[in-house]
Amino acid sequence: MHPILKLVAQRLALGCLLLLAASVLIFIGTQILPGDVAAAILGQGATEQALANMRADLGLDRPAITRYLEWLFNALQGDFGVALSNGRDIAESIAGRMKNTIFLASVAAVVSVPLSIFLGLLAVRYRDRWPDRLISAVTLTSISLPEFLLGYVIMFVFSVKLGWFNSVSNINDGMSFGEKLGAVALPATVLTLVVLAHMMRMTRAAILNVMQSAYVETAELKGLRRFTIIARHAMPNAIAPIINVVMLNLAYLVVGVVVIEVVFVYPGMGQYLVDHVSKRDVPVVQASGLIFATIYIGLNLLADIISILSNPRLRHPK
Amino acid sequence: MNDQLRYYLARAAARKMDRRAFMGKAAALGVASTAATGLLTSAVQAQGPSRGGHLSIGLQGGESTNSKDPATYASQVPFMYGRITGETLVNINSAGELEGAAAEEWSASADASTWRFKIRSGMQFHNGQPVTAEDVAQSLRRHSNEDSQSGALGIMRGVASITTDGDTLVLQTETPNADLPYLLADYHLIVQPNGGMDDPAGPIMSGPYRWVDDEPGVRHTFERFDGYWNDNVAHFETIEILVINDATARNSALQSGQIQMANRVPPSVAGLLARAPGVEVVSTAGRGHYVFIMHANTAPFDNNHLRLALKLAIDREDMVNRILRGYGSVGNDMPINAAYPLFDDTIPQRTYDPDQARFHYERSGHSGPIDLRTAEGAFPGAVDAAQLFKESAAAAGIDLNIIREPNDGYWSEVWNVKPFSASYWGGRPVQDQMYSTAYLSTADWNDTRFFNPQFDALLLEARGELNLVRRKELYSQMGLMVRDEGGLIAPMFNDFIDAYNGDVTGWVTNPNGEMMNGFAPVLMWSAG
Repeated sequence: MHPILKLVAQRLALGCLLLLAASVLIFIGTQILPGDVAAAILGQGATEQALANMRADLGLDRPAITRYLEWLFNALQGDFGVALSNGRDIAESIAGRMKNTIFLASVAAVVSVPLSIFLGLLAVRYRDRWPDRLISAVTLTSISLPEFLLGYVIMFVFSVKLGWFNSVSNINDGMSFGEKLGAVALPATVLTLVVLAHMMRMTRAAILNVMQSAYVETAELKGLRRFTIIARHAMPNAIAPIINVVMLNLAYLVVGVVVIEVVFVYPGMGQYLVDHVSKRDVPVVQASGLIFATIYIGLNLLADIISILSNPRLRHPK
Repeated sequence: MNDQLRYYLARAAARKMDRRAFMGKAAALGVASTAATGLLTSAVQAQGPSRGGHLSIGLQGGESTNSKDPATYASQVPFMYGRITGETLVNINSAGELEGAAAEEWSASADASTWRFKIRSGMQFHNGQPVTAEDVAQSLRRHSNEDSQSGALGIMRGVASITTDGDTLVLQTETPNADLPYLLADYHLIVQPNGGMDDPAGPIMSGPYRWVDDEPGVRHTFERFDGYWNDNVAHFETIEILVINDATARNSALQSGQIQMANRVPPSVAGLLARAPGVEVVSTAGRGHYVFIMHANTAPFDNNHLRLALKLAIDREDMVNRILRGYGSVGNDMPINAAYPLFDDTIPQRTYDPDQARFHYERSGHSGPIDLRTAEGAFPGAVDAAQLFKESAAAAGIDLNIIREPNDGYWSEVWNVKPFSASYWGGRPVQDQMYSTAYLSTADWNDTRFFNPQFDALLLEARGELNLVRRKELYSQMGLMVRDEGGLIAPMFNDFIDAYNGDVTGWVTNPNGEMMNGFAPVLMWSAG
């Protein structure tokens, strides 16, 4: 067996174990939280009788371990069940929300990943001169501001004052691709600003590290253009750490944007998950948690494989 | 007003000129924009409601866990979509009077214990099926039978039997109840085909709009139902509710014209928002109140001197100014204010009096810190309010220890569980309902643990009393009992603050709930 295939198989098996562990942790977490789905749904207006009726109806009067095993058994067959809070099919609801989340994340990634790597290269090229300082100052400022503040400022300027974009980024199936792009323009901009600095700084640091090497000096002595040296000779050897940080940021774009979703009223996974956590809707939290964990583990696996492929010594072990 | 302005105004009101063009012309004639908006609004209102158009509303209080089942309605978005698509037996109008909705007329037996509601003829559900008395009866049964999970279970408890007699619904109450129709205006009690027994969360209702799209926590859309019985309402062709839980996002959407109405404007920005061009901020004095509740049967709060000391040690005026920014009024340690029918305004107002508070505190014999639990979710500003309370109480020598609890689980773990906590009440349409909900010894939500047989007897007597003078006297005595002996500290009654922009008109103040008691989308119309 090819060592890379073997590695992938090992990682996949480990990933499955991790997912199982995650589902147990999530389940325990939702059991530790005060209150249950019945109390959360009925809220301040709950009467003892209504609570008891709802618990019996949802099967919450059975032991926790029974409920977990039953959930696991169904989930393994691809059946996530229905939400306790409103009886909707979970797989269907998540599919719609996930599509939106992936759309926003993709738009933000398509802009931010090339942009940050390019800015990183540029910063190395003009190291310690004004372009480097400007890039660092702008990206570090945007990462230091809280996301919601960036969101409000951008909303105020581009929506309330200039009227170019809608402040509410609601998208639905009736919209064309162009309309959807217009709707997510503002949140995608904020997300880009948020993730830019991390990837840009990592690109810059990783390449600067390689720039000390002897072969870079050789390239310089050959009389190559400085930018060519950075992009063609230094960058391929710095790819592993860059890919790692890119993948971390992609995972963040998928699983960590609840604040932006709230500010721009974007119907993604984040708000969906938070609503169901506050209602103690365990099956939904389990399903969402598993999906997020899968994305995290998957992206990290991908990062590892790419780093290995980019390194000839790992690609062809003796 | 000069002739030119009058001419433009007439054209704008008749929709021959759009609103923005009118504002431009008015500005050119030297009329301030606020004055021009006012002129246009009254001209358009004089013109009468116009039909057609699309309405977008941005609301706080929607979650992706919301259901169409009326029994589950608990937050603002379900409350509003219930108003838009559903119909209750009766409604309470802006003057606090009952109006027939699914019931055409109603009457009570002489002892007010048997009520007959004649169901409106010719009403139909959104699928064309006629609404029968049996459908109404089944709906009420679903909210009151023993398997009920309804938020209205508590208020339906006094109803002993639900039967039909041809096109008439007959309700028998356990004890005489002169206010029963007011209870039936509750927003959960929406008529569904066969009472929703077959499909509780089904989209078929009988209100002025029918369901189109339903994405909980995101958006809900509706179109006018042509078979609706009342042609004087439902002016918009289509309505869309956008769930915008973030106040800043809601206000931006209103300012940029993406939505025409918004609820829950935070008091801290209400003044600023009102200054934005074309935005109208409306504040409505209602019956909702922010409270601190003590369990009157639990030490140390089982001592009335201590309860009085704490009631005297709170600076109400200061709280109205700082927590509500003036959008509210002071409370008098009873759940009733002037917005209720039969309110006795001669009951003296309790004020901040550190000396009296100290006197009662010393008489109580208590010493040491008193734990007060609060959370931002108890009511907006509850943490700050508790802090203000601590300061004003310290001046009377009372040491309050503020414990900040998480919002999550506050209603199940702290409120009605811990002996001293912050909370709120939304108010009820009539005094009887408010007192029966939370102050009767046997009430489900007796969150002040107020057990007073004399009070209970007065409440039952008032409930069956059809003589209004006597009834007002009874309510006055009950109010005084709660004020002087109860566990309720009610420093302030909050206003509802809603906003709409110049694209819509027809706002009427309704003290029963926010957004014209939820009827704003159904009763307002497009300003063109």
